[in-house]
Amino acid sequence: MSQAAHQAQHVLSGEEIIRCTGVNKWYGEFHVLKNIDLSVQKGERIVVCGPSGSGKSTMIRCLNRLEEHQKGTIVVDGIELTNNLKNIELVRREVGMVFQHFNLFPHLTVLENCTLAPIWVRKKPKAEAEDIAMRYLKRVRIAEQAHKYPGQLSGGQQQRVAIARSLCMSPKVMLFDEPTSALDPEMVKEVLDVMIGLAEDGMTMLCVTHEMGFAKSVADRVIFMDRGEIVEQDTPDSFFTNPKSDRTRLFLSQILNH
Amino acid sequence: MTDTVKHVGLPDERPPSNIVGPVAWLRNNLFNTWYNAILTVLVLLLLATAVPPFITWLFVTAHGFDATSQECRAGGGACWGFIGEKLRFILFGTFPYDEQWRPLLTIVIFIALLVGSCDRRFWKPWLGLVWAVGLTAVGILMWGGVFGLTPVENTLWGGLPLTLILSVIGLAVAFPAAILLALGRRSNMPAVKVLCVTYIELIRGVPLISLLFMASVMFPLFLPNGVSVDKLLRAQVAFIMFAAAYMAEAIRGGLQAIPKGQYEAADGLGLSYWQKMLKIILPQALAIAIPPLVNTFISFFKDTSLVIIIGLYDLLGAGKVALSDPSWRGFYRESYLFVGVIYWVFCFSMSKYSQKLERDLNRSHRR
Ligand SMILES: Nc1ncnc2c1ncn2[C@@H]1O[C@H](COP(=O)(O)OP(=O)(O)OP(=O)(O)O)[C@@H](O)[C@H]1O
Ligand SMILES: [Mg+2]
Repeated sequence: MSQAAHQAQHVLSGEEIIRCTGVNKWYGEFHVLKNIDLSVQKGERIVVCGPSGSGKSTMIRCLNRLEEHQKGTIVVDGIELTNNLKNIELVRREVGMVFQHFNLFPHLTVLENCTLAPIWVRKKPKAEAEDIAMRYLKRVRIAEQAHKYPGQLSGGQQQRVAIARSLCMSPKVMLFDEPTSALDPEMVKEVLDVMIGLAEDGMTMLCVTHEMGFAKSVADRVIFMDRGEIVEQDTPDSFFTNPKSDRTRLFLSQILNH
Repeated sequence: MTDTVKHVGLPDERPPSNIVGPVAWLRNNLFNTWYNAILTVLVLLLLATAVPPFITWLFVTAHGFDATSQECRAGGGACWGFIGEKLRFILFGTFPYDEQWRPLLTIVIFIALLVGSCDRRFWKPWLGLVWAVGLTAVGILMWGGVFGLTPVENTLWGGLPLTLILSVIGLAVAFPAAILLALGRRSNMPAVKVLCVTYIELIRGVPLISLLFMASVMFPLFLPNGVSVDKLLRAQVAFIMFAAAYMAEAIRGGLQAIPKGQYEAADGLGLSYWQKMLKIILPQALAIAIPPLVNTFISFFKDTSLVIIIGLYDLLGAGKVALSDPSWRGFYRESYLFVGVIYWVFCFSMSKYSQKLERDLNRSHRR
C-alpha cells in the first residue's frame, strides 16, 4: 500500500472521486460483497481481478447503482448513492460503463448510439452532439462506420463504439467490466489499445479484467477480490512479484500458467 | 513446361436439369413421396370439381348489377342486381340517402389516413396532428350540425364508416393504453403492477360479447337517473378496453424479448425511465411484437361486427339488414360474399403491410 501511495503521488491529484465505506450486499441469503472499503482518486487507474464469482462485477456495478448495496455508503463525485433517483441519474451521467457484451442499441446507428444520451440527458443540440460523437469515434478509429448499425460491425469494433458512446457523455470515471472477454483473440488488442490511450490521457478508470499485461503496463493499483472481499491491493509491481496472501498467490499461479 | 504449377479453376457448370426447373420443382414439392402424390391428385380433383362451377356462378351465368330480383329468381348464377340495388345501404347503412356523400368522404379520409401512415418517413410528431384534423373532419361529416350540414343522429350511422370508426379509433386509443398496461405489468411498483395484471386478466377472461352487453345493459344501471351515455360511445369504450388488454399482452411479449443489457446500458448512460422506454426499449419491443399485434388488429377489425347484438349496424350488420327487404330476400350468398371481400381487402392489406414493415425494420438493424 505504501508503495502504491508513493507511486501515485507524482501522478495523482489526491482528490477523491469514489469512496466506498463498509459496503455489503446480499443476493437473498448469499453474501456477495463483504465490508468493501475502497477509495479512488481522480486520474487513478485500477484493475480489479479475482476468481469467477468473487463479486468483481457486482462491486463495480454498485458504483453506478446498476446494483443496490444494502449496507455501508458509496459516495461518487460527492453524491451519496441512495434510493434518490435524481442523485442516481446525476451519478450515472458522470460515470461511463463498458460491458462485456457491448450492449449497443441495435436499432440505432453507431452515430445515434453515441448522440442519444448527450442529446437527451445532457440536452446538447443535435449538431454539437454529432460533432462530439464524431470526434470520439475518430479517436477509437471507427469514424468511417458511423452510419452503420451495430449488427454490421465485428465484436472489437462494437466494443470500441461502446467506449466512444460512454466517452460522449464526458464522464469523470469509466468502469469496464471484462471489456475484452467476449472478443475473439485477434480483436482484444484493438480494444486494449483504446483503453491504454484513455489511461494515458488521465481518465479515472476501474477495469475488471484478466488481461494481466494491461494491468502491468497501465494500472496504478491492482485489487484482488475473492469471495466478496478485497483481499489485497497493491501496485502492479509488488502485486505480481510479491503477493502477500496465499489466495492471491494461488490465483496468480492459476491465471499465469493456464 | 514452366516451373510453377498454374492452377486453372474449373469452369462453372449449369446444374443438371433434374435439380432445377419446373419439372424438378413439381417432383420435389408435389410428388416427392407416394402419399404426397396421392394428396396432390386428390386436391387437384377437388379443385377441378369445385372451382369451375363457382366461376360459372360468379361470372358466366350471373346477372349484372342492373338485374331485377324477378330476373334473378328466374334462374341463373349470382345476382349482382342485389348489390347494385343495396350497395349504398350496405356501405352507408341508414344514413339519410341524400347526405350519403358524407359517409363516403369519411371512408376516403380514413383510407387516406391509414395509407399515409404506412410510410415510415411520415412517422413524425406532426402525423398525430394530421390524425387529429382527420378525425375531427370525420366527426363533423358524420354528426353534422355545423357548416350548414344537417345533423344526423349516430343511431342512423352504419355500414363501412361505422366499422372504420369503431376499429380505427378503437385501435388508435387502445394502442397507447396497451403500452402503458404492458409497462405497468412489468413495473416494480407493486400497486401499479397488481392493478395492470388484474385489469388484463379480468378483461381477457370474458368474451367480447359479454363486455358489449355489459356496456349496453348494465352500464346504464350504474349511472345516476337522467344521465345517459350514447350507445355508440359505450360500444366504443368496450372495444377499447378489450383491445387494450389483448394488445398489452402482445407488447409484453416484445418487452420480454429485450435483453437485460439494453436496460443496463440505458441506465448506465443516465437516461430516465421514460427516456429509456421511449428511445431504447419500446422501439425494439414493438418491432418484435408486430406479428401478434397485427393478429390482434385483424381480429379486432372483424370483431367490430359484434355490435350488431346491441343494435348497431356495421358493414356486416348492414349486409344482413339489406337481406330483410322482402323483394330481395334470399340473396344472402351475394350479400355475404360482397361484405366478406371488403373485410378481406382490409385485413389482407394489414397483413401484407405488417410483413413489409417487419422486413424493413429487420433489414436496418439485424443483430
Ligand atoms: N442477480 C443475482 N442473483 C443472485 N446471485 C447473483 C446475481 N448476480 C450475481 N450473483 C452471484 O454473485 C456472485 C458474484 O457475482 P459477480 O458477477 O459479481 O462475480 P464476478 O466476480 O464478476 O465473476 P465473473 O468473473 O464470472 O464475472 C456469484 O456467485 C453469482 O452467482
Ligand atoms: Mg463478472
